[in-house]
Amino acid sequence: MTNVLLIVFAMSLIYLSIANRLMSYVKILAFQGILLFGVSFIELGEMSPLNLAFILFETIVFKTIAVPLFLKYVIQRNEITREAEPFVPHFISLIVVTTIVVVTFLLSNTIEDEQLNKVYFVAALSALFTGLYIIGTRKKILTHVMGFLVIENGVFILSLAVGNEMPMLLNTGILLDLFITVLLLGIFVNKIGDVLKDVDVDQLRKLKD
Amino acid sequence: MTIPYLIGAIAIAISLFFNRNKKLNYILVAIFLLLQWAFAIYEYNHQNIVEFDYFLPDALGILLLVTISIIAVPAFYHSYVFFTKNEDNPRNRAMYYASMVVLIFALSLAYLSNHIAVTWIFVEMTTLSASALIYHRRNVRTLEGTWKYIFVCSISITFVFIGILFLSIAVQEVGDNNLTFASLLNSASGLDIFWLRLAFIFIFTGYTAKIGLVPMYTAGIDAKDKAPSPAGALLSSVLMNVGFVGIFRFYEIIAQTTLHSWANNIIMISAVLSIFIATVYMIKVKNIKRMFAYSSIEHMGIVMLGIAAGGIGYYAAILHIILHSFVKSGLFFQMGQIYRTFNSKSIYDVGNYFKYNLTGAMVVLLGFISATAMPPSGLFVSEFLIFRSLFEAHYLFILIFVLLLLTIIIWAFGKNIFKLLFTPAVGFKDENIEKIKPYESISQFILFGLVVYLGINPPHQMVDLINEAVKNLPL
Repeated sequence: MTNVLLIVFAMSLIYLSIANRLMSYVKILAFQGILLFGVSFIELGEMSPLNLAFILFETIVFKTIAVPLFLKYVIQRNEITREAEPFVPHFISLIVVTTIVVVTFLLSNTIEDEQLNKVYFVAALSALFTGLYIIGTRKKILTHVMGFLVIENGVFILSLAVGNEMPMLLNTGILLDLFITVLLLGIFVNKIGDVLKDVDVDQLRKLKD
Repeated sequence: MTIPYLIGAIAIAISLFFNRNKKLNYILVAIFLLLQWAFAIYEYNHQNIVEFDYFLPDALGILLLVTISIIAVPAFYHSYVFFTKNEDNPRNRAMYYASMVVLIFALSLAYLSNHIAVTWIFVEMTTLSASALIYHRRNVRTLEGTWKYIFVCSISITFVFIGILFLSIAVQEVGDNNLTFASLLNSASGLDIFWLRLAFIFIFTGYTAKIGLVPMYTAGIDAKDKAPSPAGALLSSVLMNVGFVGIFRFYEIIAQTTLHSWANNIIMISAVLSIFIATVYMIKVKNIKRMFAYSSIEHMGIVMLGIAAGGIGYYAAILHIILHSFVKSGLFFQMGQIYRTFNSKSIYDVGNYFKYNLTGAMVVLLGFISATAMPPSGLFVSEFLIFRSLFEAHYLFILIFVLLLLTIIIWAFGKNIFKLLFTPAVGFKDENIEKIKPYESISQFILFGLVVYLGINPPHQMVDLINEAVKNLPL
């Protein structure tokens, strides 16, 4: 069952590469939150109830509800135009993200490890590189933040793979996720929205040599 | 004493944040400095005793802790000068001092922590407090600098976390779940090579944002440029050291395995590219503060060359990183005075500094000599040892290439500094420029003097500590 959820997660990354509107990105992020909820619910059955509740809270309340709502609020308040404005055509993005998934899949086949479920590895690394790719090829600051959130989802999956043995690392990872997301979204998207209207990276080119 | 220090420092930071009274702010800062020094002296006298499971004052930690305690004093003094000259609102001032206290204690504890995840937490804390310092002037450009810094640092800190996760997979395979550096050092040779390799790539890439190496060095440059000078001094000296600590402690573990020469190659590539990029930008850059920042990139590249070459290079690398902290913070403190005289950081608007501020000009000249590692600067000794280690390790072509780049750097650095010191600026009106008191430069002279003293005649306590810090590395 977790395998199915993780494969759907990897597919959502491919969809992310060709999504055109900002709201589609937000919806995909919310959907990924639900998938992560499913994975952690099934996977972490033997964990202490309090810890499990914390993790489920993170996935369902934070990743699925709070962050997408806040993103939507930011988009509306700053009247950000609804296109994601990539620098490259969608077709190329599709090829690149598919290549990323295939390469991580091939890489995972070289691992000779009994304990680790390779699907976790593939999903996590694909999310990491897709996130970096989105950050590199999209124009708006908000899409950069969304790329970062995709990376965070990848990290969450990876920490689930080791979470049963080392709950401390899993919790640290979640705290990192909460902390940075709140910092990036809460303080800076708001601040930047106050100072610069319709924020894209062209307005952040003053500091250079 | 780690936990009392942590609690005390947090209490001071919080009360600084909520207290807008000027006098009370300075009293709190003075108390913090006393606390910092008491902590440093206590830890120096209690070396190698694990405190509260997660902190171990080992040799490297002690060396860098003393370094930060020395730099903290002039940093607060120059912040005080900065606030007497710039009429700021009390809220921003309180925020500034609180962030600086948080930055200093997070750095101190990151140096001392014995657990890879605890180091990581404190490094994350430095990102937060540093960004509050960068955003101090609250205009569009500082906003841009802060945004870039936070974003790049967040990605890099995530990379480090992924590296720690890979490492934990390797550790679990040998039936362990202890991630302290001491335990990792013991079990290093039994860990799976594949996971260790991935862990090293991610952790190294992540910490390059802090230490200022290729690939993640970019954000640090804007940060040092946009932060007020006293904060920039901390960002370009002690904050870079924390990246070094992160890389060095993990490198010690890798050095016990068969991956050692592979890791050396990675570090070597990154270091040479950093020096190359620093050279390219040093030629091009027109902003003096950014030029100092690129000079830091160059020095960190040299430090990593020493680590990769091995042998005497380990010793020289640690000596270099300590001395560089003093030199670069001194230059940044002086930068605040240059800005007050000329109201500009651009090389086109400054000039003839000897005429306007004799002592300040002496500081700049001495700083130039120190930063480019000319004798009698202590950096000459450490750079010489690093080049010797490169020669001994048969990295001859790299040595020649780096020396060539360093020559270009000295030329570019000198060209700008001599323009600042001697050539009059076109159209600069010197009727009502501010007279800067000579005593404001005393701290810089002391720092540069310290560099000469520590380089030429290092006290035996320091030599012992450095030798102990590198004792885990194979020769």
